[in-house]
Amino acid sequence: MAGPVLEMRSIVKTFPGVKALSDVTLTVRQGEVHAICGENGAGKSTLMKVLSGVHPHGTYEGEILFEGETVSFKDIRASEQRGIVIIHQELALVPYLSLAENIFLGNEHATRGLINWNDTLRHASELLRRVGLSDHPETRVADIGVGKQQLVEIAKALSKKVKLLILDEPTAALNDEDSDKLLDLILELKKQGITAIIISHKLNEIRKVADSVTIIRDGQSIETLDVKSAETNEDRIISGMVGRDLDNRFPERTPHEAESGAAPALEIRNWTVHHPIDQQRKVVDDVSVQVRRGEIVGIAGLMGAGRTELAMSVFGRSYGRHAGGTVLKDGKEIRTKTVAEAVGHGIAYVTEDRKHYGLNLIDTINRNISLTALDKVAKRGIVDEHEERQVSEGYRKSMNIKAPTVFEPVGKLSGGNQQKVVLSKWIFAGPDVLILDEPTRGIDVGAKYEIYTVIDQLAAQGKAVVFISSELPELLGMCDRIYTMAAGRLTGEFPRAEATQEVLMRQMTKDKEVSR
Amino acid sequence: MSTDVTKSPAAAPPGKSGGPAADGGLLQLVLDGLRRNMRQYGMLIALGLIVALFAVWTDGDLLLPRNVSNLVLQNSYVLILAIGMMLVIIAGHIDLSVGSLTAFIGAFAAVLTVQHDVSWPVAVVLCLIVGAIAGSVQGFFIAYLGIPSFIATLAGMLIFRGMTEIFLEGQTLGPFPDGLQKMGNGFLPEVGPTTNYHNITLLLGLAVIVMVVLQEVRDRKRQQEFSLDVVPRNLFLLKIVAIVAAVLTVTMLLASYKGAPIILLVLGALVVGYGYIMRNAVFGRHIYAIGGNLPAAKLSGVKDKKVTFLVFLNMGALAALAGLVVAARLNAAGPKAGLNFELEAIASAFIGGASMSGGVGTVLGAIIGGLVLGVLNNGMNLLGVGSDWQQVIKGMALLAAVGFDVWNKRKSGS
Repeated sequence: MAGPVLEMRSIVKTFPGVKALSDVTLTVRQGEVHAICGENGAGKSTLMKVLSGVHPHGTYEGEILFEGETVSFKDIRASEQRGIVIIHQELALVPYLSLAENIFLGNEHATRGLINWNDTLRHASELLRRVGLSDHPETRVADIGVGKQQLVEIAKALSKKVKLLILDEPTAALNDEDSDKLLDLILELKKQGITAIIISHKLNEIRKVADSVTIIRDGQSIETLDVKSAETNEDRIISGMVGRDLDNRFPERTPHEAESGAAPALEIRNWTVHHPIDQQRKVVDDVSVQVRRGEIVGIAGLMGAGRTELAMSVFGRSYGRHAGGTVLKDGKEIRTKTVAEAVGHGIAYVTEDRKHYGLNLIDTINRNISLTALDKVAKRGIVDEHEERQVSEGYRKSMNIKAPTVFEPVGKLSGGNQQKVVLSKWIFAGPDVLILDEPTRGIDVGAKYEIYTVIDQLAAQGKAVVFISSELPELLGMCDRIYTMAAGRLTGEFPRAEATQEVLMRQMTKDKEVSR
Repeated sequence: MSTDVTKSPAAAPPGKSGGPAADGGLLQLVLDGLRRNMRQYGMLIALGLIVALFAVWTDGDLLLPRNVSNLVLQNSYVLILAIGMMLVIIAGHIDLSVGSLTAFIGAFAAVLTVQHDVSWPVAVVLCLIVGAIAGSVQGFFIAYLGIPSFIATLAGMLIFRGMTEIFLEGQTLGPFPDGLQKMGNGFLPEVGPTTNYHNITLLLGLAVIVMVVLQEVRDRKRQQEFSLDVVPRNLFLLKIVAIVAAVLTVTMLLASYKGAPIILLVLGALVVGYGYIMRNAVFGRHIYAIGGNLPAAKLSGVKDKKVTFLVFLNMGALAALAGLVVAARLNAAGPKAGLNFELEAIASAFIGGASMSGGVGTVLGAIIGGLVLGVLNNGMNLLGVGSDWQQVIKGMALLAAVGFDVWNKRKSGS
């Protein structure tokens, strides 16, 4: 085994009032792929910020050794000069600049301030080839998909002569195909001698690429495991992350007996939606689904399958151009042309992208929860602040939102707690039908369980729940019935008893190529 | 103002009332409270410091009753504009047209009352309506046609300025009827026995104090009723004392001159009204929501277009009011009236804590920001600083205020 390329010893990082890292030790061997996993808020990102100089030397305690010598980076540039490059979860590319311009941004091939385009383009295409992209270097970033953008980020890192590549949840926004490509690339780079640190929630992904994994919990490094060894399995990692054995990842659920008599709470018939710009393209194609009260119905689909688009276009035509189809509530046709109408008919849509579509991050927990149903705490257009505060305090306690008061800005909460705020907001609106779009994306295992419990309770109270997800285990663990979607079309419907991961995945990938 | 109270450690008995941090002593409580609300109190303290500084530099002239009265009259229209601008900025927009619109309404009022002998109350109503229409036309372009507010109101700035000149044919029109003049220059009438003070103003000040104290006490009671955490009693009392002291000071100063200017009452009503709307009305909440995160607000059922439209309609009406006040105060409508007012209003909002990206700010903040600029103006005038240096200093004040805000946010953030 090669020696360590990076050693972080007893790192302590304190923010005013919070100890983000209390004692973290991390050793990464030369040439390996090292995974870091831990719950959200465990301190993974902070640790990487310490390493890359975002938190400069002197603002933390402890020692960092890179290639055997002590380093003290004062900013990101300093760490990049040593060959440590971090790629953040939110990509840092300029959409209207070309691939080449992005790759060399801040690092241009220039003489006396003038860019040498020949060098730039030639070098850029070399780098793009290295990461497996055949796009022309003058293509604009806005014109390529997220998966490719991630690869451009890596090309950018390569241009900086990277020795240690840090990827913060690189596949969070990618579909399976793009994820695979990315993971393969990481393995390929490993062969070329580039060491990588990958922060990830996805345990199967860790198994695929990582050599070792360090688990961080509550600002402390718990243990480092050899991924290839026999005793390292998902349960072991999960129990390390949450600090308890998790023999049951889903709440106990008695599957719903479909009462065949009553009309479904929500029925969508022959719903078709066109792409907002490319109007020839059908993003949702003749989809019909229904959900009854007390039932949890899953919609399984990969990214781009049209699940979110289906939900958002039903919910106040918030996506695309509606081209046909009807919505029925309790057997009666309803209009859902605006969000207000949809909400008025007792429909709630909990977005997959809570930061952009779910929350006002600069505002308080209190006001985020009340926004949708302000009328419930208002008389004649005037909000009763005390009642409002009481309502949101209630949700803070019942949903276990971890914050000292409801006057905390939502932006300061961790992903799991933000998700609880979004859920509270929509539960407060008092809907009969909840459409939950990836309700557990990007949140830690502990918070996931809490959210599953809430979903279960909602169904038990007689709400109809539509559960959109690309994580099959959670659909299998939670749903009474599962639809599958692929390329905008409904490809299957399975009762809980008949559904398995393999069966679902086959339907989710069906026809994908044909319809392109 | 309130800073003086803050400084005295007041060896009050360590509160028996309990409260979470009662053992730290009053000073500790105050400091904690300040630290937690730096954003809110920072500018208030800065305003207090500026007032104190200029009071010293001008040998007390700044706080002479006559000057305080002047200060109110001089700044009333910028403060009116700042309130509207704060709403616009919270909604995530900007309005560059208000200075020109102010001039245009002044001209319109002059044409009505001076040239056509329309009675002044009718003219006031017509002006407010025309202002609201002007605002709503811009609001229509911005909200429903999706034209960026910067561009739509830049166009408005040019159009209204041009129309002012067309209306006035390059001349200055005046004088205005007495009633209208009072809007800009008038004081409350005096009644009752002769004291050394203005009776009505004293009574008014007293009424304000009683109302504020009652409101605060009722608020606290309700919070306790709902078994919510309340501020420790010591801090609460201190706050009351500070508010009473501030209101009393201003009241006495005004009462020992000609009394409260009429426009101060209008302004007071606007502050209370808009403050209430922004804090407690569904409409106000929706403004914060669309400014803070537009897509999220849309998906929460907020009627974003309607809200944006109304915000600009409101700005137009307030600009009209400011236009009337300016014209009344100068007793003339000229083609160059209201020049750069939009910039003063925008600066006031940002000094008062608004954010360029929207979603943040309070009406009171806009007023504080406006007063910071106003006191700077007035103080430097008293000191005989030329308008050249005044602009430099005001520019630096804007930078310093926003710089402090940014620094403070960064320090408290990650």
